[in-house]
Formats: sequence, structure tokens, C-alpha cells
Amino acid sequence: MSELSVNHLLGIKYLNKQDIQLIFETADHFKEVINRPIKKVPSLRDITIANLFFENSTRTKLSFELAEKRLSADVINFSASQSSVKKGETLIDTVNNILSMKVDMVVMRHPNPGAGVFLSKHVNASIINAGDGAHEHPTQALLDSYSIRERLGEVKGKKVVIVGDILHSRVALSNIFALQLQGAEVMVCGPKTLIPKYIDKLGVTVETNLLKALNWCDVANMLRVQNERMEISYFPTTREYTQQYGINKKLLDSLNKEITIMHPGPINRGVEITSDVADSKQAIILNQVQNGVAIRMAVIYLLASKIK
Amino acid sequence: MSQKVLLNAKEVNIILHRLACQLIEKHTDFTDTVLIGLQPRGKYLANRLVKILSEDYKIKNIQLGYLDITFYRDDFRRGDKPLEANTTEVNVIVENKKVVFIDDVLFTGRSIRAALTAIQSFGRPKEIELLTLIDRRFSRHLPIQPDYRGRQVDTINEEKVVVNWLENNGEDKIYLINNE
Repeated sequence: MSELSVNHLLGIKYLNKQDIQLIFETADHFKEVINRPIKKVPSLRDITIANLFFENSTRTKLSFELAEKRLSADVINFSASQSSVKKGETLIDTVNNILSMKVDMVVMRHPNPGAGVFLSKHVNASIINAGDGAHEHPTQALLDSYSIRERLGEVKGKKVVIVGDILHSRVALSNIFALQLQGAEVMVCGPKTLIPKYIDKLGVTVETNLLKALNWCDVANMLRVQNERMEISYFPTTREYTQQYGINKKLLDSLNKEITIMHPGPINRGVEITSDVADSKQAIILNQVQNGVAIRMAVIYLLASKIK
Repeated sequence: MSQKVLLNAKEVNIILHRLACQLIEKHTDFTDTVLIGLQPRGKYLANRLVKILSEDYKIKNIQLGYLDITFYRDDFRRGDKPLEANTTEVNVIVENKKVVFIDDVLFTGRSIRAALTAIQSFGRPKEIELLTLIDRRFSRHLPIQPDYRGRQVDTINEEKVVVNWLENNGEDKIYLINNE
């Protein structure tokens, strides 16, 4: 087993357990590479990658770009705000125009769920989904699991709670798929209005009491409230949300064990997580960011090796 | 398929001792020397040489690392199978040191070319030498020759040299295999 079962990374739901294992093992090698004095390998010299971001992103875009450059790929960047999309061009036309400049791989973030799948059926390039609406964000879920594996030894058998705005979160869905595939137990916790109906059908437990959830888990993955995706009010005030679903040092100290705290970023300090927790040793938020580069290098490397 | 024993355990042992002595002749106490086993197969040879140098010749503090060259190879996407990486463990400083690459078989020279690029990620060695157990003559694609060689053999491209080590194959033996 040294090859991915897929030609695109569109979502965790298209991967199998062996794929995740292979990505993690490859990421281990790249993690060593990015800690060398010279952090670059020449593997992808003949590959050109287009980063198409139809939605705002800082961390993911930087992480992908850095991963691509560390592998020596040629990189072109595109943001929807400065492009012909505003002039009425369709997605396929935009991408085909870019591909006609001999691009081998496309990393795309798009506000519409399924945009990556759609693209993969219509264009001749390897597609990596960097977030499609509230659907999936596979590389984030991979780096989250990888960070759990790094901190706790393995993912199998661990109890992970995802706290916050599950309804609008692509990170939550990809994490649920990835964690379950590796044999972890998953719980979601948040106000009822921010938990999708029928989410229990995915095999996760639902809890609305944060303290109970934290007492149950080994790892808490704190999500941001995505105000930009909310057209109506899902909870009375931010202050009330913080009181019910924000974690602070006092709450963590009241637990009878030390749990690991994760956050995919960007953090709203003082809302879902206080600064003393975010900056504590229990939090692996910055490890997640570093692992993000290694994971993305692994995914790009493995997909690129399948381009003929 | 036919196979021929190139070297048996006794011959391997004699050659390893000779290579160790040749290294001592050049590097004396190894203070400025770093031995680098090239992954995956050069690791066993490097370990064996370090064992002989430290146990039989009482050389202390030999600096040893293992270098994987997968990401530096020039045949990425050119074969049927994807290239699988191995662990790199270079926890020693190579800057301004005398580096000796150690690999079991020298064939086309392409792995060594990749290793020469890879080692630069860790610093600028003062000089780099190459030690190889089997040197397959007349098969080079690049102008690369070993500084220390165990045995030189004449082979054709279809033939394969297989090096077995006691540690992982249960015997010290080197075979020449012809698949025709």
C-alpha cells in the first residue's frame, strides 16, 4: 500500500482507512523535512498548482502555498474578489482557462458545497478541496487527527467532542468522518439551534451540556461561531453563548482529568475559548498549524505521484 | 532464474574489516567525520561498519546518520509505482564535516546524485566521499565513482545484486540474480 485510492481529495468520505494511514506516514517524513535547516525538497519541480480561493482564507491558503513551495511546485494564486468571476464567468470556464496554461493540480475553496466534486467531473486536473461551503474541509480534518495522533499516540479509541457551531461547519463534518474512520468516538456539543437535525444518524452522540461533554472526552475541538454564514439569530447574545459553550481555565480545572484542546482557527478569544486556555500547554492549536503544512505536503505529494 | 553467490559470510566479514581499516587510514579518530547510511539498504552496512570501528578498533563517538533520498530522486512520476519514503535521521551537524556516504550497491549512480543534493539541506560539508560494498562496473549513468569499494563486479542490466544481512535476512550473503 503506497498509493492513495483516489485521484482527488474531495472529502474524507471518499477516503479509506489505509489512505489516511498513508497520508500520516508520508506527513511524518515531511514534518522532519520542514524542521531541517533547509526546508525544501525538489520532488514537484515539474508540477504547477493553482490555488483558487473563491472565499476568504488566511491560514489554509498560506498553509497550502507553503506546502506547495516546500515541495518545489510552481504556484499560481487566484482570489475571486480580484477576478473575472465578478464579470460573470462560470466556474468551469474560469478553471479551464487556468488549466490551459498547463496547470496540473487545483486547490479550491468555494462557498458552494460540492464545488470540488463538480469540478473534478469536468476538468482534467487533480482537485484538492480546501473547503466547500458547509460541506467538507478534508485537509483540516486530516491535520486534526494527525495532531491527536501526535499528542495521544493514536486516534483509535479516543473520545473527541466537537463544540460549537456544528451547523455551519465543514470542519465538523470532515472531522466526524475522519475520526470515525480511525475508530474514535465522536460527540458534538452546542446549542440545539446550531446542531443539524439528524446528525445522530452519522453515529455521533449529541450533548447540549458542555460540562458533561468535557467530562466525557479526551479531546475537545472548539469551533468558531460562523457569524458570516448566519442569516438569522441562533442564540440570544454572544455573551450568553460564551457562558454556556465557551471554555475557560476554571472550567478545565474543575474536570477530573487533563483534556487536550484543539481549535481550527481563527480563534475568537473570549468567545468560544479564553486566552489562558488557548495559550496553555493543554492546547495544541499551534501544533495543528505546523502539522497542517506537513499534512498538505503529504496530500499534494501523494496526489501528484498519480498524475500521468 | 539463476543465482550465483558473489560473496559469502566469511568474505563479507573480511571486506567489512578492510573497509573499516581504509576509513581509519583516511579519517584517523573520526572527530571531523560523519558517516551517512543511505536509506533503506545502506543503513545496515553503515551500522555494521560502526560496530566494527567501535568494538574492534575502539574508535569512540562516531557520528552516524541515515539519509533518505526519496524526495530528491529524479524519477518521480516516471515509474509505475509511487516512491515510498523512509526515515531520515540526521541528528548530527554536517556543516564543515567530512561526510562519507555509505550504500550497499552502486549501480547507475542516480541515488548518489540525489543524496548529494539531499545532504545540502543539512549544511555544507567540507567534503563528501562514497563507500560502497558492491560496485557494479560499466553500469553508471552519471560520472560518480566510489572512494572505498568492497568488491567490483561486472554485470549486465538485467541482472540484480541482492545483499542479505544477518540482521534482517538471517544471513550475510551477496547474490547475483539473473531473471532470464
